[in-house]
Amino acid sequence: MAVESALPGDWQLVVGLEVHVELATRTKLFSASANRFGDEPNVHVDPVTLGLPGALPVLNRHAVELAMRIGLALNCTVRPCTFHRKNYFYPDLPKAYQISQYDEPLNVDGHLDLPGGVRIGVERAHLEEDTGKSTHFGGASGRIHGSDHSLIDYNRAGVPLVEIVSRPDIRTSEQARQYVAELRAIIAAVGASDAKMEEGSMRCDVNVSVHKPGTPFGTRCEIKNVNSIRAVGRAIDHEARRQIDVLESGGTIRQETRHWDDAAGRTNTLRSKEDADDYRYFLEPDLVPLAPDAAWVERVRAALPPLPAARRAALADLTGAAVDGEAVAVVVERGQDDYVRAVADAGGDAARALTYVQQAYAEAGASPAVPAADLAALTRLERDGAVTATQAKTLLADLVAAGGGDAAAMAKARGFEAMDADALEALVDAAIAADPDAFAKYKAGEQKAMGALVGAVMKASKGKADGKAVTAILTARAKA
Amino acid sequence: MAPRGAVETARAVAAGDLRAVDVLEEHLGAIRAREGEVHAFNLVTQDAARVHAAEIDARVAAGGAVGPLAGVVVALKDNMCTRGVPTTCSSRILEGWRPPYDATVVRRLAEADAVVVGKTNLDEFAMGSSTENSAFGPTRNPHDTSRVPGGSSGGSAAAVAAGMATVSLGSDTGGSIRQPAALCGLVGVKPTYGVVSRQGLVAFASSLDQIGPFARSVADAALVLETIGGHDPLDSTSIPAPAPTLGPALVEGVRGMRIGRVTDLPEGAEPEVLARLDEAVAALAAAGASIVDVTLPSLGYGLTAYYLIAPAEASSNLARYDGVRHGLRVDAPDVNAMYAATRAAGFGDEVKRRIMLGTYALSAGYYDAYYGKALKVRRLIADDFARAYGACDAILTPTSPTVAFPVGAKTSDPLTMYLCDVFTIPTNLAGHAAMSVPFGAGAHGLPVGVQVLAPALGEHAMFRVAAELERRAPAAGGR
Repeated sequence: MAVESALPGDWQLVVGLEVHVELATRTKLFSASANRFGDEPNVHVDPVTLGLPGALPVLNRHAVELAMRIGLALNCTVRPCTFHRKNYFYPDLPKAYQISQYDEPLNVDGHLDLPGGVRIGVERAHLEEDTGKSTHFGGASGRIHGSDHSLIDYNRAGVPLVEIVSRPDIRTSEQARQYVAELRAIIAAVGASDAKMEEGSMRCDVNVSVHKPGTPFGTRCEIKNVNSIRAVGRAIDHEARRQIDVLESGGTIRQETRHWDDAAGRTNTLRSKEDADDYRYFLEPDLVPLAPDAAWVERVRAALPPLPAARRAALADLTGAAVDGEAVAVVVERGQDDYVRAVADAGGDAARALTYVQQAYAEAGASPAVPAADLAALTRLERDGAVTATQAKTLLADLVAAGGGDAAAMAKARGFEAMDADALEALVDAAIAADPDAFAKYKAGEQKAMGALVGAVMKASKGKADGKAVTAILTARAKA
Repeated sequence: MAPRGAVETARAVAAGDLRAVDVLEEHLGAIRAREGEVHAFNLVTQDAARVHAAEIDARVAAGGAVGPLAGVVVALKDNMCTRGVPTTCSSRILEGWRPPYDATVVRRLAEADAVVVGKTNLDEFAMGSSTENSAFGPTRNPHDTSRVPGGSSGGSAAAVAAGMATVSLGSDTGGSIRQPAALCGLVGVKPTYGVVSRQGLVAFASSLDQIGPFARSVADAALVLETIGGHDPLDSTSIPAPAPTLGPALVEGVRGMRIGRVTDLPEGAEPEVLARLDEAVAALAAAGASIVDVTLPSLGYGLTAYYLIAPAEASSNLARYDGVRHGLRVDAPDVNAMYAATRAAGFGDEVKRRIMLGTYALSAGYYDAYYGKALKVRRLIADDFARAYGACDAILTPTSPTVAFPVGAKTSDPLTMYLCDVFTIPTNLAGHAAMSVPFGAGAHGLPVGVQVLAPALGEHAMFRVAAELERRAPAAGGR
């Protein structure tokens, strides 16, 4: 795959990603309020969520289980862990500290293999609580400073998050995009989160630095507010070029946090390292250490569904398609690989089934309405030459529109009857007779000339002729 | 005539021999008589208490079942959440805040049919040893109103000592139940960390805080602890076990027990206090216990470690009082200025001092030297105790180095005030059980308490010793 972000000179990009995902639990990480997006503000609150005096956190066991699923799917070691308080003041942080995991996270030392085979290390995947959501009014920047008032929705406060921290193993913006896409696919596959970047249930912070091979890593900048996979690539490309410009003009990179402005396509300084909060981490005394026992870990591991990489490999194996090709990737991402398998199991042609599903089932979800046996019948009609590829495409649209049906009957209804071999040969001979020059050129080795002859046959047959069969007859005539 | 205790009251009310409303009116009468000079309460909830007492009486009259504290008048330290009833922590910053829920202990008292008479004064956010650091003015010692009741649960101690409540609840982070119990001539219990739920207790230092009872007798304290203790799924640090059963411990005596006498106690206790301790040890020996000399060399470092760990946790626990959601808000041009103005106006000096200390101790570059080192001392103290408890079942020390001191005597020097807790703090650091039992009088005829220490979940042994000390105590102090 092309590296779109080739850097000038011999600069090398180094990227690490911190990805937050909201877990798909029924309730919050430390209280019984609903974990639900999109409701009226401040309806999913309780004394713990609001940090009321005297309220104490109680850890949500299901959240731990979903976090373990993510960790195990990323090949992490699940280990005994603790919770810490990360202290800072902000109106949407009700207790003025966030309960997170610090030096003893739940999942450590994993990895994620990109579809092309590159392995990206996963340093840790830890549990923490989300903050509320602030909206600032009356300021130019949409930030709290300069605004005249702010509204806070605490529905999100206390929602369980897993933060997945990669090692700085990513070398191109394309790899970064693939990493995020693959991570999203894995997390969705294990049912830990819907991982929707557009709704904020998956959020990326990107650490970018540049250096020359053989020298130490450069100073990194952290980019926040990167809210789509496309933005991940753009933000990295922009930030890398910015850093190179600074370095090549003799400047130095300051370690800082920058904000991605997607509309302007640039990053801006948010705060420098000197302004960074001192979070005064210390062990959260309201919680006890968490030590998932081996039996629990193994139960979670055993219950993991097949992961996207394995499903892509199996689908490629079944269909003969490329394992890192788009058809396999798209169909697995949509969860339609089981459907393709069902079509094959019903006697269908697997390769054609994959193509049909990729092309016509974008909106169909994981369990399309067309019965697998009906689609199998269509693949057989095409494979056996009973209908042409073009006709098959029309019939596929008919099948999808009708939610299933007898493909052979539909072909008949449309008048898609295969021409018999004699009639086809007659049409070919007529075409040769009508345009002997073209045939002569074709015989002399001019492949382009064949197109005119095939086109003539197709026109004469009103599209019923099978292009492959026409080509075969022409080839035979030319050799005669 | 000695005032009726909780055990006797509950039995008589349940039997229909005594009406809860009459018990309540006796106590409301004592409040009317003495609250003006003592100032034990931030709030007296007499209307709700009268309704509750009448409801209990009606249930008894109808032959219904009542709980083990039926009609017992209880006062609550004003750092325990009471649904719909102001809970201030004696701080301006919580003025006007009414919790939407009851603390677990409050709920359990209600289920046991205790009658809550009010919320008692404390050092702001439980930070202090004299109940002088209250935004609502100091509480006075009922034995001598020129003197402090101790703290931080001074209001709860004074209420019971003055007969305004039969029993009360306090919270003990470094001695805040035991020291005022000693200064007011009461029994005061700091249970093992995790025996009593902290849910609904406004946090000072979460790893040290524990709720416990004040009572005029060991038996009453045992009854209250049995009622409020036991596992609570809403507190993750709650021990998953039922409340201790303490009845047998009250009558077993101490024959065959090994009692530790500490030979390297930190200095500074008044001679009369040390004399009462020696007499208490002798009394236990006379009752058949064997006396064992033990050393606790890290004990003296406890105070220093405590004044890093407790403020560190407090700096985080009290950060939520930011004016955004509840309590006081002082308006200012931007959010950071609003935080600063609100907290400057809402917190008193001692609270500010500890927030600054704790913030500093946790800061990058200082963490290892201060907070980190304090945690190591905490482990050393636990190790010392573990070694000592290899040789004995319980340990005796003074509770407070002094008897009750005059109001204002220590307010100008925080370090002198901090020394009040030198004997009580190590128990909190270790998470163990301890209680103070009245044992005679000291200087000026004021009450002296002896502290009984026991290992984690050693409540049974502790109450055996306490009950024996109560049986053998010299006449109580007081005027």
